[in-house]
Amino acid sequence: MAPGVAPDPAVAAAVADAHRREWAFVLAATARVTRDLDLAEECVQDAYARALTVWGERGIPQRPGAWLTTTARNRAMDELRRHATLRRSLPQLLVLSGDPAPGPAAAGEEFPDDRLRLIFTCCHPALAEEAKVALTLRLLCGLTTAEVARAFLVGESAMAARITRAKKKIATARIPYRVPPADELPERIDAVLTVVHLLFTTGHTAPVGDDLVRRDLVERALDLARMLRTLLPGDAGVAGLLALVLLTDARRATRSADDGRLLLLAEQDRRRWDHAEIDEGLALVREALRPRPPGRFALMAAVAAVHAEAPSWQETDWREVVALYDLLVQIWPSPVVALNRAVAVGFADGPAAGLAAVDELAAEPQLAGYGYLAAARADFLRRLNRTAEARLAYEEALLLTGNAVERDFLADRLRELDQEGPA
Amino acid sequence: MAQYLLLIYREDAAVAAATPEKTQQVLKEHMAFQDRHAAAVLGANALHNTDTATSVRADGSGGFAVTDGPFAETKEALGGYYLVEAVDLDEAIALAKDLPDDFGGGIEVRPVRVFD
Repeated sequence: MAPGVAPDPAVAAAVADAHRREWAFVLAATARVTRDLDLAEECVQDAYARALTVWGERGIPQRPGAWLTTTARNRAMDELRRHATLRRSLPQLLVLSGDPAPGPAAAGEEFPDDRLRLIFTCCHPALAEEAKVALTLRLLCGLTTAEVARAFLVGESAMAARITRAKKKIATARIPYRVPPADELPERIDAVLTVVHLLFTTGHTAPVGDDLVRRDLVERALDLARMLRTLLPGDAGVAGLLALVLLTDARRATRSADDGRLLLLAEQDRRRWDHAEIDEGLALVREALRPRPPGRFALMAAVAAVHAEAPSWQETDWREVVALYDLLVQIWPSPVVALNRAVAVGFADGPAAGLAAVDELAAEPQLAGYGYLAAARADFLRRLNRTAEARLAYEEALLLTGNAVERDFLADRLRELDQEGPA
Repeated sequence: MAQYLLLIYREDAAVAAATPEKTQQVLKEHMAFQDRHAAAVLGANALHNTDTATSVRADGSGGFAVTDGPFAETKEALGGYYLVEAVDLDEAIALAKDLPDDFGGGIEVRPVRVFD
């Protein structure tokens, strides 16, 4: 392309589309050849850049992903040949899956897709949680370092250092590029699901910022969950995670009013929920709940399903919600889960019972500084007409959220209290 | 193949409090581990308790400060090590998981740097 000439919009759109859909596939297939994530990334970026020119001249290929993979791999082979002597003296960074590798690894390699290998590498338990998330966004979603940094509100250089450190650990500690063997799969898939879920929850209610929802993160998480479902169609945990994401995301459009004000589940217009997403989610929940005992994402999805199926807030089956949380607390004794259970108790058995259940958790060190605990207490106190205590609790919750939409919501509640009751 | 050091961290107090039977039992389990993984184990040693340790550090003006005690005083102290050979980190982790669980603490898996 001559300098200064803008690419054909149709070509630019095709490249952007291929970036979104095929990045993980192209990178994973290239990494298998290079055994080096940095080189693979460089070659794949180069292939996308070349697509802009070449597709403009010769037309958009029938299978853009295949074209990009071939181009990136050819470039990688050239680079490897050029540096053949140098590379021979370096340790092999990634175990080539096609190798007739002896040992325990060979038995577990029954899933052929390179993307699965890549996501298990990015979510290896030897990596820190923040590194897993950063690598997943970078390598599986194709986000630039600047975009990953923006997603997690850290500086670009800090994020670059984090990604570099993680890649260096993959190479020097030899984190293998493969799907774990069958006996390790359950614990290893859980780490992958946790990362995708974390991406989703971070996007669903952004911890900091002016917008309630970070659409980009929500959609990346949904893409990843769908990809996992395609790659591991029989896995109940994956089905549970995808169900949870779909059933929660189905409410996205109704979670804030036209003026940006936060709308609680009780106030949302249920007709505007995304019923295609709900139907898909409900079918997946049934599948996810089959193993005994069901997994944690399946149970969380089941709670979301109860809400999705309730014709109105008043007609929500709170007993069912409490029962599901009882099961969830058993397999996942997290204080946050216990708090959600306490809130559900408040709707099933009344605000006094809810307040008692919440107050039982007040001593949990992990919940100190967790704004939703204060918000839940505030709400029960308000419903019990204990106005002065409710006001204190709202003020505490207000101090603990960094999200502007949530802050406005809590400030509104405080104002309502001031209008209703005596100080 | 790559080499890894499996650093065995133990609670000094638990080691000190162990009965002779317990100590014998742990020793036997380590022997069994070495038999199971004879091909992977390149070297191994147990260390005396940290109250026998001496730290030597440069004092910055050409001399050395020699002090009583381990370099870092923690509840969990380095109690011994294995030098093993493994294809990748997963194999090294599998070896670490197969080590006898003796006196609390845990295992740190560190790749060994090779200069050539």
